[in-house]
Amino acid sequence: MVFLSGWGHYPIIAADLSRPAHLASIRQQLNNSASIIGQGHQRSYGDSALAQHMIRMTTFDRLLDFNPKTGVLICEAGISLQQLLAIFVPRGWFLPITPGTSYISMGGAIASDIHGKNHHLKGCFSECLYSFSLMIASGDILECSRTQNAELFYATCGGMGLTGIILTAHIQLKAIQSAWITETQYSAHHLNDLLDLFEAHHQATYSVAWIDTLAQGTQLGRSILMLGEHSAIGSLTLAKKNNRTLPINLPIWVLNRYSISAFNQYYFYQGKTTTQPRQVPYQTFFYPLDTIQHWYRLYGKNGFIQYQFVVPKAAGRTALTHILTTIHQYQQYPFLSVLKAFGPANQNYLSFPMEGYTLALDFKLNNTLLPLLDILDAMVLSYGGRLYLAKDARMSETTFKNSYPEWEKFQRVRHQWQAHTRFNSVQSRRIGL
Amino acid sequence: MKKVLIIGATSAIAEATARLWANAGHQLYLLARDEQKLITIAQDLKIRGAAQVDYAAADFDQTMKHAKLIQQSLSSLHTFDYVLIAHGYLPAAHISDHNIPLALASFHTNAVSTLSFIHFIIQQFKQQKYGTLAVITSVAGDRGRQSNPIYAAAKAAVSVFLQGLQHQFYRSNIHIIDIKPGFVDTPMTAEFKKGLLWAQPETIGQGIAQVFQQPKNCIYLPQFWRYIMLIIRWLPDFILHRTKL
Ligand SMILES: Cc1cc2nc3c(=O)[nH]c(=O)nc-3n(C[C@H](O)[C@H](O)[C@H](O)COP(=O)(O)OP(=O)(O)OC[C@H]3O[C@@H](n4cnc5c(N)ncnc54)[C@H](O)[C@@H]3O)c2cc1C
Ligand SMILES: NC(=O)c1ccc[n+]([C@@H]2O[C@H](COP(=O)([O-])OP(=O)(O)OC[C@H]3O[C@@H](n4cnc5c(N)ncnc54)[C@H](OP(=O)(O)O)[C@@H]3O)[C@@H](O)[C@H]2O)c1
Repeated sequence: MVFLSGWGHYPIIAADLSRPAHLASIRQQLNNSASIIGQGHQRSYGDSALAQHMIRMTTFDRLLDFNPKTGVLICEAGISLQQLLAIFVPRGWFLPITPGTSYISMGGAIASDIHGKNHHLKGCFSECLYSFSLMIASGDILECSRTQNAELFYATCGGMGLTGIILTAHIQLKAIQSAWITETQYSAHHLNDLLDLFEAHHQATYSVAWIDTLAQGTQLGRSILMLGEHSAIGSLTLAKKNNRTLPINLPIWVLNRYSISAFNQYYFYQGKTTTQPRQVPYQTFFYPLDTIQHWYRLYGKNGFIQYQFVVPKAAGRTALTHILTTIHQYQQYPFLSVLKAFGPANQNYLSFPMEGYTLALDFKLNNTLLPLLDILDAMVLSYGGRLYLAKDARMSETTFKNSYPEWEKFQRVRHQWQAHTRFNSVQSRRIGL
Repeated sequence: MKKVLIIGATSAIAEATARLWANAGHQLYLLARDEQKLITIAQDLKIRGAAQVDYAAADFDQTMKHAKLIQQSLSSLHTFDYVLIAHGYLPAAHISDHNIPLALASFHTNAVSTLSFIHFIIQQFKQQKYGTLAVITSVAGDRGRQSNPIYAAAKAAVSVFLQGLQHQFYRSNIHIIDIKPGFVDTPMTAEFKKGLLWAQPETIGQGIAQVFQQPKNCIYLPQFWRYIMLIIRWLPDFILHRTKL
């Protein structure tokens, strides 16, 4: 029995955690419970990787095949993206899709069908995925691709571990000439400017914006847009940097509106001074928070919620303005706020992205937060949007089912493979799957 | 490029070490009993950059097979620059206290089979006139305590044997290293509650790879265990025996 939570430290559950070293022991465990869930590196924020019996796959972190001519890789599902990049960047290969932290597993990348700063052009992680192998409820192992067991493929990509245990992945890497990224920053004085900038720079390979959510009125949505391109200069190997760790949970009062404002001012000041393109190591561009291990401790011991939603493009300006002003009215102050433009949705039943804008807000957990989030849910849904399951710890069954139109198809596939008799997480039970 | 033999190559600690050697481009030969796991690990190490990886599978309890296993490794590597012995078996204490055959079997795996391998390695080192051997024992061998005395006794037997060899090969190009890990989060200890004293196999692997470059007679990994064990070794019986250590 262990006490475990996701990255947001909310909720915390007491449950069994196993870290098998053999396929046979995973198979054996499938007989023991009806609440089993596969787990990677626990970088999901809420309760998607929590269940009464959690099977942590991090021991399965081996490379099984690599073709240095084509960049096609087969590896086990527990390997972290950080390990993969450490091995392959020096050889001139990169992950075509990568999230805001490198400390996630291949299995987690598939199960959340993660998106990166290039979603507007390249889509979700499944776009670089040829196939994966999946241990289903019976203990059998199936290879799934768009042509083989296709329904399981579409259900598993973005399916939050609810179809089985992902064992291996067959993916395409992307060739690079340098481990450096050419970064250009633009500051936007208002949300409208920012959305115009996103439009104007649609062809930029990578784009993401940090929003100052404390700014109001004429400064609403004040932000810095960061664009990135793989650099053609600089070497493929980088000097090692020491990670800085936050040793203890900071007291809750450290994160109040003044300290956040100071943080944002500081950030903006930094941003404003560097609008010339500059060369940064890929980690600095993609994983700014990875250098500070355990940064979630900034939020104190009560934990936090990352509220990430997407709204369709047509509703974008109105919806974002409406939501940002509502947050102000409720005097909740998100610490980190990140906005991105999404390209079109894909075929996977539960993948999160749809063409439009996604905003991720980090809130310290407190009593007034949860009622506000319920109000935001209703607003997001009224604009035709939805919430990201990988970040969610609280949305209701109705919210989920009203915003993921393919959930019934998903559930049918789960029933077909008996997945519902084994694989159920705290999250899946909450949202009625 | 070093020629490296790893005995017990499917152990989590050995695998973490092997990855560093693969990354450095060394040539590896792996011995372990689980062939399926060996195939996967060999493949992984090759992709990570090892010059060459070969392997053979066998149950080490059958000591009469050791000569042949060493012969096979030599015909692939030709010489042994580095040898790591990592296999081990931790019987659940509440079982080995009562189950005599199991207790003795664990002693056989942890002590007898290890000593057997060491003999063959030393023969080869003497012919080569050089070589570095490291054996993973344990902090458990530093003092007999109520928890799992048979495991501790086996590890202590190996440690004492290594001390003898260190004396024999003093001032030669043959280096004998005793590696004593503390608590490590591996399949062997899957059932244990983990706390602050626990280390990851990657940390231990780094320590092992490092000590091959600068051989020492005995290292504790992580190093703070040197001080913990210093205290435990010096505790008078009448205090130790009142504890649950
Ligand atoms: C700082 C930070 C930044 C982030 N940025 C982004 C971002 O930019 N884009 C984005 O899309 N996401 C982002 N995320 C979220 C993260 O990418 C996802 O939550 C991802 O799924 C986490 O992977 P993990 O290995 O930690 O899996 P866990 O958190 O352990 O599990 C997440 C889900 O995957 C399932 N799962 C994991 N492994 C397996 C397996 N082997 N078999 C079956 N199911 C499995 C679990 O059941 C669970 O449903 C970010 C998270 C953090 C902490
Ligand atoms: N983990 C700790 O806390 C800790 C602390 C101090 C010392 N140690 C020592 O560190 C070493 C490595 O252990 P680990 O922690 O890495 O655990 P591990 O991953 O469980 O490795 C133990 C290895 O020993 C192998 N083995 C056991 N009996 C064998 C036999 N009869 N024939 C062949 N191989 C056999 C196992 O093979 P299979 O894979 O086929 O089972 C396994 O590969 C061991 O000597 C252990 O005693 C560990």
